[in-house]
This record gives sequence, C-alpha cells and structure tokens, in this order.
Amino acid sequence: MTRPSGAPPVEIAALTPDSWTEPFWVAAAEHRLVVPRCTSCGTYRMPPSPFCYACQAQGIEWVEQRGAGVVYSYTVIRHAVVPVMRDALPYVVAVVELPDAGGVRLVANLVDMDPDAVEIGMAVRVVWDDVDAGVAIPRFTKAG
Amino acid sequence: MNAAVVGVGSSQYFKRGQSLPQTNLELVGTAILGALDDAGLSVRDVDGFALYSFGLDPALVAQTLGIPEVRFSAMLTGGGGGAAGSVGLAATAIAAGMADVVVSYMTLQQAGLRRFGASFAGSAGGGGQYSAPPSPEGDFVRPSGLLGPGQMFSILARRHMHLYGTRREHFAEVAISTRNNAIPRDTALMRSPLTLDDYFDARMISDPLCLYDYCLECDGAVAVVTTSVERARDLRQPPVSVLATANGGNGRWGQAITWMNMDDEYFASSGHRPVAKQLYGMAGIGPGEVDVAELYDHFTPMVLMQLEDYGFCPIGESGRFVEDGNIRFPTGSLPVNTHGGNLSEAYIIGMTHVKEAVEQLRGTAVNQVRDAQVALVTGGPASIPVSSLLLRRGT
Repeated sequence: MTRPSGAPPVEIAALTPDSWTEPFWVAAAEHRLVVPRCTSCGTYRMPPSPFCYACQAQGIEWVEQRGAGVVYSYTVIRHAVVPVMRDALPYVVAVVELPDAGGVRLVANLVDMDPDAVEIGMAVRVVWDDVDAGVAIPRFTKAG
Repeated sequence: MNAAVVGVGSSQYFKRGQSLPQTNLELVGTAILGALDDAGLSVRDVDGFALYSFGLDPALVAQTLGIPEVRFSAMLTGGGGGAAGSVGLAATAIAAGMADVVVSYMTLQQAGLRRFGASFAGSAGGGGQYSAPPSPEGDFVRPSGLLGPGQMFSILARRHMHLYGTRREHFAEVAISTRNNAIPRDTALMRSPLTLDDYFDARMISDPLCLYDYCLECDGAVAVVTTSVERARDLRQPPVSVLATANGGNGRWGQAITWMNMDDEYFASSGHRPVAKQLYGMAGIGPGEVDVAELYDHFTPMVLMQLEDYGFCPIGESGRFVEDGNIRFPTGSLPVNTHGGNLSEAYIIGMTHVKEAVEQLRGTAVNQVRDAQVALVTGGPASIPVSSLLLRRGT
C-alpha cells in the first residue's frame, strides 16, 4: 500500500490499546476519525479515558468527525533523535485542534505537503496511513 | 521553614557516556560524601532521603554507604520538574520532625542508547533504558515520531512565538548569556564563547529549536544536604535557609508535553504559574526580592516562559525582557543561571541549579552576584509536579 509522504516509519507505530482507547483504533482502521463525548455533559476528551474531566461521568458516545482540523502548533523535525527516524527527515509533527469536537487536540503528522509551508491556524484535513494490516494512523494534510 | 541547606557536593561532570568505567553508584556516592564533607557531617548523621524521579534507589545508596538508620525516604512524582522540590521535600520532612539530616540527589549515566533525549521513543524506536514503556496514551503520540522532550517543547515554543512575537534571537540570548556564565568555570563542559552567528549557523534539530537551544547530555551526580535551622548554625558552612517551596501545577497541565491538551490559557507556558503563586505566598515575598534565579534550562524557550510565570516580566514579554540584557551576569537586573545551567555547565537534571544557588548565598560562587540574599531555583517544566525553591542567606 502507498503511504503518505512525510509519515514516520511503521516501526514506531505499534499500538497498545486498552478498553477505552480501542474503539478509536478500530474506527481508524476503517478510516473513520471518532472522538469520545461525555453522555452526561457533552464534553469531548482525548485521548479516550474512563472519566469525563468536567463531570467525572463514565458514559461516552463516539462522535464521527468530518476530519477537519486547524494547526494549533507544530515542529519540523530535521535531526533524528533515534536512528530509526533518519530516513523520515524532515517531518512535521503538529498539534491539530478539532473545532467540531470542542477543540480537543490530536498530535499528528502533517503529510503530503511542504514542511516549510506549514503555519499555525492553517486548515487541515485527515488522511489515513495504513501502517499495517488492520492498523491505520490519522495524519493530516492541507485542506482545500 | 525550619530547614537549611548545609552541604552541596558533586561528582565530576562528563559528556554522555564518558563517565565509564565509574558506575552510577560511584558517581552518586562521591557526590553524597562530598556534600556531607562540605557540611561537616558524616554518613552516620544521615537519616533521610528526599528525591525526584530517575535517580538511583536510595536503598542501594544506604546499604552501600553504611547509613545506620533511615527514618524518611520519599520521592516527588513526575520527572525533572521535581529537582528543586526534592530539597523542598527534605525541608518538609525536617520541619515535620520526621528526619534530621536529609540527602537529596540526582545521578545519571547515559551510556549507549540510554538517553533522556529519546525518552519517548520506546524500545522499538531505540529509546533504551530511560524510555517510557508503551502505554495506551502513548499510542496517541509516538506513531507521529514525537519521541523526545526537545521535540515536544519546540511545539510549545512555536506557540509562544505565534502568540507573542518571540523570536529565535530571544532563545539565542538565553543560550549566549548562559554560555558566558560557564566560560570561567572549571566545572563547565562548554567553555568556548558562543556568538549569535554560531547560534544561527548551528544545525536545526526540531524547528524552531537548534542545537544551542538544547541542553547538554551528561553523566554525573549532585547531592544536597538539608537539616534543621538549629543544627545548621553549628555546621561548617554559612547556612542557607529554605524560605519556601512548592510543587504541583494545574491538574490539566497533567502530562503536558505528551498530551498537548492543556488549557489554551497556559499552553505556551512553563506550567509553573500556580506553583510560583504558591511559592511567593509561602515566602511572603515577590519576584522583586529575588537577587538571582537558577531556572531549569533544558530548552532555551522554557527559561523565557519561566521568567513570565515567576513574574519577572508580564506574560508574553520575556523576549523583550531578555533582549534588554536583564538576565546577564553581572549587569542585568536578574542574573539567570550563573553557573552555566543545563545548557553549558552540565545537565544533571537540574540539581546543579540548587548547588549554584547555595554557593551564591554563601557568597562563594564563581560568578558571584553582589550581596545576593535571595535565590530562586526551579525544577524542569514537564509533567506535574513542577517545583521550585526560594533560598535565603543566613538563618
């Protein structure tokens, strides 16, 4: 399968989900971006966790996103901290705000675009990186 | 508080991996024995340990050094945020009557791939011994290749630049002023002058942070001995009192740089704001009374954000504050990291900052701030708890 340009190697993408995060990754494998929302008070939270930080209730519903995000901040990594990352340089790691999910943020790569063209406030959309059979990681790229 | 710092000691400092064939236990033992000798005490006087994460098990230290009885042993949670607070924890134990002579220490040995700089890389990524184990929360960070603290803090730094117009020249001023302080010191690993051209010519690591925005990677140990004010008066060195200490932070600062969902209001901060408020409240003084500040400097922008969070300048104004020469020794209004810090002396996860503050208040520092009466020491901006310490000359 074709992977997006600027995405890190698959070696670092091994997942260790628990019962609260697993639905996120199951949906991701189907290329659906979902975010948990508290069924008591409507607060979104990420990563998925057993309690709402606003009201401490446990019930959640998984709200599917259109995949629209805004770059909240980012870094362009130009020097590898471990050897496995050398071939991926340079790559962009962004904190992406999801306006449709109460402004929760995801840490994600910006892919298929020039690292020097990234700006805070830039509109981005999700793209899926199939790193392994049944495992997909959400990345983002410039919208429009 | 009824507590005073009476002894400081260290091993030699080394660049990463170069302390071999000495062992980590040897490094920390050397620092502890040195600190006790500095105080005029012996291992037979020690009855407590107050630590922060990642050092070496105090049980091993106690059995090795022959400490007769341990009455208190505790550790602040979190990471390098607890550096200054570990001495605060010692003071707390002493003030509560739980121990008389408490040792705080940090030791590290980063041979091979045991690098804090890769502490979120995991075993598959080659992160080695200091790497955080895989976790469900880590799944939301590691696959993007965000693997080291410098990369994470560069995201906070970028946000600060965006919000406040902070520039790389401001980061450079932290690097250069700190280097200047290291140059006259025999203990410093980086003693050649650093110019603005050197700074801008250096390789970019995690944009906007370049090589000189990063602290050193070292091996070595530092130990600090704390006891009661009464006992301190009879010891070898002029005592340095613990005026106040605080540790913690906003709950939703949380794991901060591996989470990135901190409240927008303080995302581009050091996480220290609530701790600073607590600290000054306990001390009954404000930032205007601080004569010298030893601020945890793993990455230059985090020094800027601490200057804001500790009230030395308004939020967002730290770039201009340093541009005006305020943190320079000896001319600035607030000399910062007079020992050369983590950036240019040695990175012992912030404990060199405590040692320097004590020497400043004894009046024996290499870069002595004239008539220094009060020193601020902070632990690293990181997960909560972050911590700090206000020390005062005399008792």
